[in-house]
Amino acid sequence: MVEARADSLLNAQDLGFAYDGRPVLAGVGLELGPGQMLGVIGPNGSGKSTLLGLLCGLLPPDQGQVRLMGRPLAAFSRAQIARHLGLVPQAAQLAPGFTVAETVLAGRFALMGGRMFENQADQAAAARAMALTDISGLAQRRSGELSGGERQRLVLARALAAEPQVLLLDEPTSALDLEHQLRVMGLLETACRERGLAVCLVSHDLNLAGLFCGRLLLLSQGRPLAQGAPAEVLTPALIKRAYGVEVAVDQEPSRGRPRVTLLAPIETRL
Amino acid sequence: MKATAPAVGLVCLGLMGLVLLALLLGLWLGTVSITPAQFWDWLCGRLNGAPAIILSDLRLPRLLLAALVGACLSLCGAVFQGILRNPLAEPFILGVSGGAACGAVLALLMGVASLWSQSLLAFAGAVGTVFMVLAVARRRGSLETSTLVLTGVMINAFFTAVIMFVIATTTDQKLHAILFWLYGDLAAANLRQAYLLLPVTLVGGGVIFFFARHLNLLNAGDQAAAALGVAVERVKLILFLVVSLLVGVTVSLSGLIGFVGLMVPHLVRITLGHDHRLLLPASGLFGAAFLMLADTAARTVISPAALPVGVVTAALGAPFFVLLLAKRGSRWW
Repeated sequence: MVEARADSLLNAQDLGFAYDGRPVLAGVGLELGPGQMLGVIGPNGSGKSTLLGLLCGLLPPDQGQVRLMGRPLAAFSRAQIARHLGLVPQAAQLAPGFTVAETVLAGRFALMGGRMFENQADQAAAARAMALTDISGLAQRRSGELSGGERQRLVLARALAAEPQVLLLDEPTSALDLEHQLRVMGLLETACRERGLAVCLVSHDLNLAGLFCGRLLLLSQGRPLAQGAPAEVLTPALIKRAYGVEVAVDQEPSRGRPRVTLLAPIETRL
Repeated sequence: MKATAPAVGLVCLGLMGLVLLALLLGLWLGTVSITPAQFWDWLCGRLNGAPAIILSDLRLPRLLLAALVGACLSLCGAVFQGILRNPLAEPFILGVSGGAACGAVLALLMGVASLWSQSLLAFAGAVGTVFMVLAVARRRGSLETSTLVLTGVMINAFFTAVIMFVIATTTDQKLHAILFWLYGDLAAANLRQAYLLLPVTLVGGGVIFFFARHLNLLNAGDQAAAALGVAVERVKLILFLVVSLLVGVTVSLSGLIGFVGLMVPHLVRITLGHDHRLLLPASGLFGAAFLMLADTAARTVISPAALPVGVVTAALGAPFFVLLLAKRGSRWW
């Protein structure tokens, strides 16, 4: 049971969700305060994306409750949620005919209220988001012309333009090259430290998640298997239980975080 | 073009000039030639006799109706394209116009051919078709081009059958009128029709423009729009109802005028970009000018006989559609 704290931005208790009567998530609780970065890891079909859907209110929980800044998510309108909480979905949904600049600016939607056109503050926020994600040079390109990695950074920039307090990301680095993986994780870390942003990100990259996230939540078959510091979660025993594979774990040299190395199955070793 | 308030104002002003030009051209051209002096007299209210009747009672109502119908159909096309995320979505191609026509013809069959009841049944037919199309689209989130075209063809085939049934049971006198109406005809236009359509167009257009920023996000996909703060289901419902109303009233007044909602928004996007805050008002105004010009062509091409304007728009629009279909692989739309 995760207790709601006074400074909690996002809090979930005993979340459960079923698709057509088939449970895909059960008993998940988490707590996210300002400046915290939580990584959600787990094998395919373990309920990671479903969890993000529940946390941002796009899916209604069958069980449990999500609270945003202490209030139940269901009490907010979509625009109110979007003013505080951003989502970077896995499949980059973009309008292909819009330019990069137009797309990022459209991220300001929820903050504009009844205004029809963006003002200078909106323009400035969009420009900052584009600079952070290294897409300023693409401003006049159409989003339909971009590469996969560029699209991924564009979707992140659109979410950042709204300057949310909580940011949920579904595999934000999956299409990125090494430099941009570091850059994106670095900018999230900086925003957490300097602006008090709360981040919850789903990742398949255990090492990248372990390197940047203060806490990890390991899901297996829709249930939380472990939650805690990377060194507590990224252990050979837990990974074996969740993924069914043998790994070796040592320390990576830059921060002393756990480093997971995949081992070949025993029967195929030379 | 960047969508700012001055840019939208400027574009609207320019296009209003085009609308005015189209209006003047349409008044001037026709089987009976009007001299500039006569035209000037008519403007000053000094013209009498046959030329005055031709201008005031025939050409002017017809042009006004053409302008309103063109604006409505173009707006509806732009909305469908935005929400269904497919550049080929258009009331006629989707079968929504067919549904509306079916409702209007049924009104004729039941003998309740007043303007309002006909529009109401046409609206019902349009709403029904929209939700049928949505049921097909819902499964994928966006409407694939092949699904869209096939659905439209099937829906139109069904409604054509219904309409043919009505025609087969009707008397010969009405037949010519119904057939012309089916092909989209403005020959029977009168000012009363324009007065019915004007408030509908203004209110409907206003509501649609209010949701321009929502459409920008819906164009990216439902999930993205919801995450960024759009109440997706509610906004879509409102827009589909408004569009159905516009199509219903338009079709009951002018019949099946196809492809306007395809060509006009497309041409606007090429020149002004995809932002709906520019696209919607520009499409409305350009659509008004476009249909006035098309109807003028319909009246003059085989003068003294006249074509239904739907024949002109189909002759232009069908090749346009095929062209778009052929370069479907283009990277944006």
